[in-house]
Amino acid sequence: MKKVFFSLKEAVINGAAGLTIFSILLGFIVGAVVLLLAGFNPIEAYGAIIRGIFSKPKYMSYVVIYSTPLIMTGLSVAFALRTGLFNIGAEGQFIVGSLTAAMVGYFVHLPMMLHVPLCILSAMAVSAAWGGIAGFIKARHGVHEVISTIMLNWIALYLLNWAVTIQSFGQRGTGKSHMIQQTARIDLFGQWKITPEGIDFIRSHKILGDILKSPVNTGIIFALVFAFLVWFILNRTTLGYELRAVGFNPHTAECSGINVNRSIITSMSIAGALAGAAGGLQVLGVSYRVAKLAAMEGYGFDGIAVSLIGNNTGPGSVFAGFLFGGLKYGGSKIQDAVGAPTEVINIVVGTIILFIAMPKLIQLLLRRGGRWK
Amino acid sequence: MIDITKKFGDVVANNHISLTIHKGEVHALLGENGAGKTTLMNVLYGLYRPTTGTIRINGKAVSIRSPNVAISNGIGMVHQHFMLVEPFSVTENIILGNEPTRAGGIVDMVSAEADVMRLSQEYGLSVDPKALIEDLSVGSQQRVEILKTLYRGAEILIFDEPTAVLTPQEIQELVTIIKNLTAAGKSVIIITHKLKEIKQIADFCTIIRRGEHIDTVEVDKVSEEELASMMVGRQVSFKVDKPEQQAGAAVLEIKNLRVVDKRGIAAVNGLNLQLKKGEILGIAGVDGNGQTELIEALTGLARVQAGSIQVNGQELANQTPGTIRTNHKVGHIPEDRQKRGLVFEFDVAENLILSSYNTSRFSTFFILLRAAIYSNAEKLIKLFDIRPANAKITAKSLSGGNQQKMIIAREVSSNPDILIAAQPTRGLDVGAIEYVHQTLVEQRNRGKAVLLISFELDEIMNVSDRIAVIYEGRIVGEIKAKEADEQQLGRLMAGCSL
Repeated sequence: MKKVFFSLKEAVINGAAGLTIFSILLGFIVGAVVLLLAGFNPIEAYGAIIRGIFSKPKYMSYVVIYSTPLIMTGLSVAFALRTGLFNIGAEGQFIVGSLTAAMVGYFVHLPMMLHVPLCILSAMAVSAAWGGIAGFIKARHGVHEVISTIMLNWIALYLLNWAVTIQSFGQRGTGKSHMIQQTARIDLFGQWKITPEGIDFIRSHKILGDILKSPVNTGIIFALVFAFLVWFILNRTTLGYELRAVGFNPHTAECSGINVNRSIITSMSIAGALAGAAGGLQVLGVSYRVAKLAAMEGYGFDGIAVSLIGNNTGPGSVFAGFLFGGLKYGGSKIQDAVGAPTEVINIVVGTIILFIAMPKLIQLLLRRGGRWK
Repeated sequence: MIDITKKFGDVVANNHISLTIHKGEVHALLGENGAGKTTLMNVLYGLYRPTTGTIRINGKAVSIRSPNVAISNGIGMVHQHFMLVEPFSVTENIILGNEPTRAGGIVDMVSAEADVMRLSQEYGLSVDPKALIEDLSVGSQQRVEILKTLYRGAEILIFDEPTAVLTPQEIQELVTIIKNLTAAGKSVIIITHKLKEIKQIADFCTIIRRGEHIDTVEVDKVSEEELASMMVGRQVSFKVDKPEQQAGAAVLEIKNLRVVDKRGIAAVNGLNLQLKKGEILGIAGVDGNGQTELIEALTGLARVQAGSIQVNGQELANQTPGTIRTNHKVGHIPEDRQKRGLVFEFDVAENLILSSYNTSRFSTFFILLRAAIYSNAEKLIKLFDIRPANAKITAKSLSGGNQQKMIIAREVSSNPDILIAAQPTRGLDVGAIEYVHQTLVEQRNRGKAVLLISFELDEIMNVSDRIAVIYEGRIVGEIKAKEADEQQLGRLMAGCSL
């Protein structure tokens, strides 16, 4: 037993995954302290979150739906970070992707087998260009991608707000676009659910029926495929090799004959495409349209957190995306259950990231702890 | 230091090493890269705790838990990489962490500066107390580091490879400073693998090999060769063996080359040079006479302003580094191996394919062939004796000498027609240097052309077939290596005509 504990400690001290798990634990502890200080019972609050996630199949289904865009934007940020680029622009790329998907989904009439891929691919293409702009001006003029992508985020936001006022695209006076065609949607059984047989099925099947009450869609399958692709491209292809070399040491990469500027543009474009796919999937699977935004929705910014928690890898982003999606969905329940503010969840997430960013501190704490025994 | 053992996990870095330093002596600590010299000194300076063993200072056993304890016991360390705050003044750096204050916690700069002045005059360490660190030369920065330890009352000064970053003149100045220190009763420990310097300044020398204490000798009673063989554990030849060989046709032809440096000044200005098959051409010169810019122009890293560079009759000026490598078959051992030569976070196998990852050997249709990549690494690790023999550890965890072997393995195995070797032995120990030189000579023997750029005149004279001297961006003289003598080269390097 002692040996097991010791090797676990070793893993935490030396491995990235162990460190992450430890940071998550610390995050929950700090969140508990905050709840306690605010006069709430943390055990009740966390219990409410857990019940809010696991007590009904419908809830779990919602967590998956919440997690899908976060996994995708997490992948986007992670991909760019591997090339040494900080993609703050996932937010804007997400918006541009969703706008593109909504337009293609509404204006184009095609059978479903063509319409869905066309929507996703065009969202990815436009967002790739959107991200690529930041890459290009960095490669060409040395403008830091953090600055350019933040500005591109706002341009994307206002572009969307303008687009929904276009007469043929937006519904007059509502600030919303028209709904996309049925053929562009990736929901499961959406039409069938409202038929008499569907309603009957939902009533009579406890588990499946409950799941179908949530807007089930195939987005998560796309997200998992993209996560695999990200891992594969980064670790198994010459492109990934180049991008990682540039990310770790651009001087050596240049000296070895890798085109550093092209790599920067490529990496930002791929990151943009991933965030764009996130936006597209959200429109195709959940919202079916875009609406005027008063402020950023935060999918892209949450992607930064997901990427960091997931150690900037494909599989890690999936794990962190689910964690984040679960916290976001389950966390929204504590308001009703114990009256604690939902913002506590943001404190938990913030703390986790803070500790992940301080691996040295955690390693020190653990080593000290070992000495005291 | 008595019977010191330091283990990192299962690795024994120091195995029962004892070391005695007397007042007023210069004691050199000699060993190959990774032999355990720095570990031993880090134990003394309180950066590591010894696994077993005791340290006595003036007969009293002390437990050095941290550098602060070491400092209060009169131990000071001058690190290889300086620990200075660049935008601070000399005085501010020296008093940092130990500031003299007046009432109200205000730093007493006037008395601090006076103290610094007094110390610097006492030991002949000339620095301006008000100058900013970032404006100082490397040699002056090192003097600030020495002053810092003296200001804290150091009686024993540890120097970690102090000459690695200095110019020959600065090395001479350092020798004088060390003599002043010992004359004033201070003790000096020098970590080094440069035999010449040991002969020049040290009284005693302790040799460490693979964590073991080999011997402690009086420096006057041993020769450089004896020191070298004790350090490496076998006979080392300083002379590079190379058979007579007639150089072949010209492969590289540089005409009227002009390259500007970062400040826009023509660092290479009207340079002409010819490199032939089967020869090693050494470029001798003092640092900063256009060597870096010449290398960067040849490898496509810097823009060529004017002139031509032809390889086998084909122009390569202003082509990309990739084209120059693959199409013109120019290999490059970079001057700054950590910055340009390797990717720290990549493992050895990944580093070994940096210049060939997109050839059909290691990839098909953009997919990396991992089996081929790792078997290539196994082969090169064996062939070039890269230690530890593990293709899957990161480049960061290799010692400097083995990192360099890895780079050389990569460049030589890509079978270039021209190999540009820039400072290929900087920071390496004699064993590794011997190995690098043999590899360069093998390339030459196989009929390839080697361009060797080095600031070490001994290296240039030993390895080259022909020597060209660079001064202010042009070649000011060419001599056959056999006919060259140091005096004559030195005059050329200083800009005098023959």
